[in-house]
Amino acid sequence: MQEVLHGVEGFMYPDEVELQWSLLIVLYPYITGLVAGAFILASLERVFKVEAVKPTYRLALLTALAFLIVAPLPLQLHLGHPERSFEMYLTPHRTSAMAMFGFVYLWYLMVVLLLEIWLDYRKEIVILSKSKTGVMKWVYKAMTLGSDNISPGALRVDDRVGYVITVIGIPSAFLLHGYVGFIFGSVKANPWWSSPLMPIVFIFSAMVSGIAAVLVIYVATTLLRKEQVDMRCLDTIARYLFYAFVIDFSLELLDLVHRIYEADESFHTLDFMVHTRLYVSQIVIQIFLGTIVPLLLLAATQLARFQEAARRRIYLAASVLTLAGIFAMRWNVVIGGQLFSKSFLGYTNYKLEFATREGLLPAIALLILPFLILWGLVKLLPPWPSKEAAA
Amino acid sequence: MSTNRREFLTECGKYLFLTSAATAALDFVIDGKAEAAPNYMMTDHWWAMTIDIEKCIGCGNCVRACAEENNVPVGFFRTWVERYYVPDFPSTKVEVDSPNGGKDGFPDQPHTGGKSFFVPKMCNHCSDSPCVQVCPVGATFETPDGLVLVDEKYCIGCRYCVQACPYGCRYIHPEKNTVDKCTLCYHRISKQLEPACCEACPTGCRKLADLKDPKDPVHEFLRVNSIQVLKPHMATGAKAYYRGLDGAVR
Amino acid sequence: MRIWKDAGHLIRLALLLGMLVVAFLVIRRAVIPEGFGRYGHFRPAALEDVRAHPIHFAGRAACEACHPDVMELKQKGKHAGLSCEACHGPLAKHAEDPEVKPVLPKVVALCSRCHEANSARPKWFPQVNTKEHSGGESCEACHKPHKPKFGE
Repeated sequence: MQEVLHGVEGFMYPDEVELQWSLLIVLYPYITGLVAGAFILASLERVFKVEAVKPTYRLALLTALAFLIVAPLPLQLHLGHPERSFEMYLTPHRTSAMAMFGFVYLWYLMVVLLLEIWLDYRKEIVILSKSKTGVMKWVYKAMTLGSDNISPGALRVDDRVGYVITVIGIPSAFLLHGYVGFIFGSVKANPWWSSPLMPIVFIFSAMVSGIAAVLVIYVATTLLRKEQVDMRCLDTIARYLFYAFVIDFSLELLDLVHRIYEADESFHTLDFMVHTRLYVSQIVIQIFLGTIVPLLLLAATQLARFQEAARRRIYLAASVLTLAGIFAMRWNVVIGGQLFSKSFLGYTNYKLEFATREGLLPAIALLILPFLILWGLVKLLPPWPSKEAAA
Repeated sequence: MSTNRREFLTECGKYLFLTSAATAALDFVIDGKAEAAPNYMMTDHWWAMTIDIEKCIGCGNCVRACAEENNVPVGFFRTWVERYYVPDFPSTKVEVDSPNGGKDGFPDQPHTGGKSFFVPKMCNHCSDSPCVQVCPVGATFETPDGLVLVDEKYCIGCRYCVQACPYGCRYIHPEKNTVDKCTLCYHRISKQLEPACCEACPTGCRKLADLKDPKDPVHEFLRVNSIQVLKPHMATGAKAYYRGLDGAVR
Repeated sequence: MRIWKDAGHLIRLALLLGMLVVAFLVIRRAVIPEGFGRYGHFRPAALEDVRAHPIHFAGRAACEACHPDVMELKQKGKHAGLSCEACHGPLAKHAEDPEVKPVLPKVVALCSRCHEANSARPKWFPQVNTKEHSGGESCEACHKPHKPKFGE
């Protein structure tokens, strides 16, 4: 019965027919990847002194925060018993990658991201707590933690501590997303996942998607505010996107070549899957449209000289394709890893529903939510100098 | 009258035919008590299972008994039976089927050449369980007597253990929304009863084994036969010991 | 001295974080299940929970305690190794209360479940093609289920 519903081909163990991890679990590494990538872009300015990307520094931090707030929601929605998820903090199992991830997430949210944003914005928060009226005054007052010391000495301390936090933050961002990769890469029962390269591939694909997302958000918000796009900044971001992408693609190719050359007992099964059930999402979207095309576009801007408007369009096109490609990559990892039987004798299908708890509708809502949160954060903590102040 | 007869026969039966251990088990059954086994000592046992492929006739009794004993939801399986067909030399295409887990038996599928056989599958109660390793909260665990169990009051339903099991022995219970699996009938074996699948098996293909009991015939079984576990390269410490397992079985 | 004055807000933050950690530890202590970790990383009460599941198959000993006559008959036949519930189904309710009468199994379906010829069945196992073997006659007409072989 189940077999017929899922279009099973060949043999699957009877409890394998239904997929366990749905579209929501595809979203989760996608979203944490955006967080880690956006943070690493922000740290370029702070730690590696790449002055050109300064216009995106604060925006990247707020983007990371907005997505980080949403990151646990798809997990929560997917759990059989969401009301018990706190057990992960009560009795974390030391041998479980997933249990440790709860702490990595908290560390990253509380100690790295919130702290860095707070330190960077403290001056504005104190000023706003004095200039605003009504409820907002109290909101900002609470955020000052009752200290309005913004003397040059205090700001110097903030800058120093902020630098240290960013330095800690880079390995933390690697840890955050590397860990997501490890959750998959450490499942020895699943040859599609089990690979020590998985965490590294996840980190570089995270950087690629995060940089592309910040690039798109930066251009969009600048145009919305009817301001001039800083081309030096955009060129620099695009260059870093290109570098990260070259490394990411090389790693994925290495993984692919290794699998083909080793051709272990799972090879024929996986090879067949890639050429049939995963053909569109893996070969067409992930590799061709999502990797080769944007790489060629970005390479072209490095080799030839284009007009500003043309460059902007190429960057945008490459970034949007990249975001789609990385999404397809997460899809192929999560869903692809469940389409074949662990007996290597058959295949099942993923049935995507629409308005159910793990369906398409909540997934779309969860992808829109970070932008609403980002909009709120930008209102609360403006990442760019206000027009009145500039005038 | 009937009560007297029952009582009389029960008493006679107890003293004439049963060991004292089995008497204790009988009391549980006859009292109809669903309760924990008070005199059960975890430290005295190390449970395992032996499965003799050459004795499996594919009747599906074990699958039905398991479902009845444990209220296994329709469409899910704590144990199931697979039918393998391994063709002769030039062809290498192994065919496997398990219609409804073998619950309704197997309609005959004659082949020319090659060989056909049944393979009963169940949780291997691994001693280095990948499923236990990945559980984030401690809702699935290895017991001191060698079982892998699920705490359905504590499971958060993340399904990581389902992904980690190389044998496909776990499923999400559609009503409880927690993971569910074979308990080796812990509620029975802790009261000196056989697991339901073994009780129902007509040929003695599957047998419960207590490796800590020096008198258990399992020691002889493991010594005189060629024994294999499923997917040994996974190094899970699987404790479902198969006799006559073909290399084609996955 | 000066640095402490200018780092006052950081000390406040550290205190706030410290309070959160302490609150977490206090709550954790209060709500962690009793005895967690006694036998391993799990709730020890879960062992009792699983052991307390209801029993459906009474087990051979329970059947034989009340039906020694059948047991004796069976012991001499080919089906001696089979437990009663292998054919009769789960009967714990009947063992608790003999007034709960078991339904007798349908013979032809029951016999052919094991003895219908099947190419995947081991060759040593007695199996027949029911249609050729009995021509529609019920198995019981010739074989007694508790002692199936002729002349035994």
